[in-house]
Amino acid sequence: MKHVKPGRRQLLQMGAAVGGSLLAGRKALALENDPRKLGQPLGPYSERSPFETAVRWTRESQTPETGSSFTPLQESVGVLTPSALHYERHHSGVPTIDPSSHRLVIHGLVDRPLSLSMSEIRRLPSVTRILALECGGNSAGEWAGAGGADVQRSHGLLSGSEWTGVPLSLLLAEAGVRSGASWAIAEGGDACRMMRSIPLAKAMDSSLLAYGQNGEAMRPAQGYPLRLINPGWEGNTNVKWLRSLKLTDQPYMARDETSKYSDLMPDGKARIFTYDMEAKSVITFPSGGHTLPAHGPYEISGLAWSGRGRIERVDVTIDSGRTWQPAVLQEPRLPLALTRFRFEWRFEGQSVVIASRAVDETGYVQPTRAALIAVRGMNSTYHYNGIKPWRIRADGTVLNVEG
Amino acid sequence: MWKVRSALLVVVTTAATLSAQSPRYGVGRPPTPEEFRDRGSAIAPDGTGLPPGSGTVAAGRELFTAQCARCHGPDGEGGVGARLVGGQGTLATPRPLKTVGSFWPYATTLWDYINRAMPFDKPGLLSPNDVYGAAAYVLRLNGIIAEGQVMDAMSLPKVRMPNRDGFVPDSRPDVR
Repeated sequence: MKHVKPGRRQLLQMGAAVGGSLLAGRKALALENDPRKLGQPLGPYSERSPFETAVRWTRESQTPETGSSFTPLQESVGVLTPSALHYERHHSGVPTIDPSSHRLVIHGLVDRPLSLSMSEIRRLPSVTRILALECGGNSAGEWAGAGGADVQRSHGLLSGSEWTGVPLSLLLAEAGVRSGASWAIAEGGDACRMMRSIPLAKAMDSSLLAYGQNGEAMRPAQGYPLRLINPGWEGNTNVKWLRSLKLTDQPYMARDETSKYSDLMPDGKARIFTYDMEAKSVITFPSGGHTLPAHGPYEISGLAWSGRGRIERVDVTIDSGRTWQPAVLQEPRLPLALTRFRFEWRFEGQSVVIASRAVDETGYVQPTRAALIAVRGMNSTYHYNGIKPWRIRADGTVLNVEG
Repeated sequence: MWKVRSALLVVVTTAATLSAQSPRYGVGRPPTPEEFRDRGSAIAPDGTGLPPGSGTVAAGRELFTAQCARCHGPDGEGGVGARLVGGQGTLATPRPLKTVGSFWPYATTLWDYINRAMPFDKPGLLSPNDVYGAAAYVLRLNGIIAEGQVMDAMSLPKVRMPNRDGFVPDSRPDVR
């Protein structure tokens, strides 16, 4: 399905590693496994098959400690992203933190300022939630048109995980919230000590202090050993390597909530504290860069999610937007999590545009790019959630086209 | 009878208040002075948290040349690092230029961010005086303060940023 050059080269290299030489590797790839041959011995930690090569994509940078890496959604199945392929957005590199020396300090407008070790946090009653996480700037390139050749580049700042941790409300009750407190200032342990102001109402309602991700301790790039998870909110508020929560009576107007992660409108005013990720969907197969190898049956498949609740419905068009038909929503269909949708389809060499449109439980309908631009103009950078079309050409190749 | 009831009510109310306020799990310990210091660098827009010290535009210029110019350009025009100057009057145009001068609503944010995260590869290098100076120089580059103005915990929060009133609350859902 994928004919991207680096992927093919990697495949050949891995084949070579398996087969002993490049040529042997090529042959090995074509041969069916011989079940009479003794396999590899047991091992302590699994790697994926050498034939699976999907990796995150990162832009070349003079400062590789800051930037983004994009999840290969074009290869995704189900609704969970492997932790090793979860998207990243870092501002000052990934710190290496020994959990035995990591402490979270809760201070400010509290009765009892607290310093907590990781082992203390992990002893407290925990909850586990499956949630989508999306960068506030995901799909930013789509404002200007078709932003990126494939769904990884256009929508890859999106991942789904199971998170385990302690409800923040539990620890705030331990510290004793003082009257007058209305915000929590969260600070991370990276070199820029990432700071965001979180309304206390959110912190008390659904924020998690997560230490687990997808059945294990979260990966360093995801905030190990402790991350603030704000379900349904833009990725940047989910402060990684969390080390400080200061309760205050005002937001602190951090650089990353004023100069960044604010949405500039056509009148020159910028919306601030735009936390919610509104309902959005994208077809992941077939999508830009794929090639349909033959005519015949295919399953169109994609992801839908909303920061305001459950996905209620996804419609798919297979005739360039003339008609829309409901897709099948795969269970589980959890609020604030990725929902996988499916739609049976036949490719007979028709040149068409396909797209998906999500509706969430609030009744909100994923808008077109034109509708977004009509209200917000072209310069708001963040929170692009427009309907995403892909053009399928008669030869089976798939292209990103402007929404 | 009324007295007994009333006394009972007081006892019940007090108990409820106490149980609401006393920790249920008793985890953690009071932070050490070092832990407080280490996590006390966040600066509020009203200046809460700014430390003693001060910086002049002249001192900031010298520091900027030595520590900041290699990424932000000698005059803050940008490079590997963000552009810091210009753009005033562009926010409502098709090509907005968002800089400290044109976009940032609070001068305290500038202090907080320089202190917190700069220089990119050596955060924590700068003293409070250095940070006041660097902030003063970036504000001067944008024509926001005069050459002779000194930045300190009193004067910095009073700096009126050109885009101070440029931010509005989230009004989504806004697109139907």
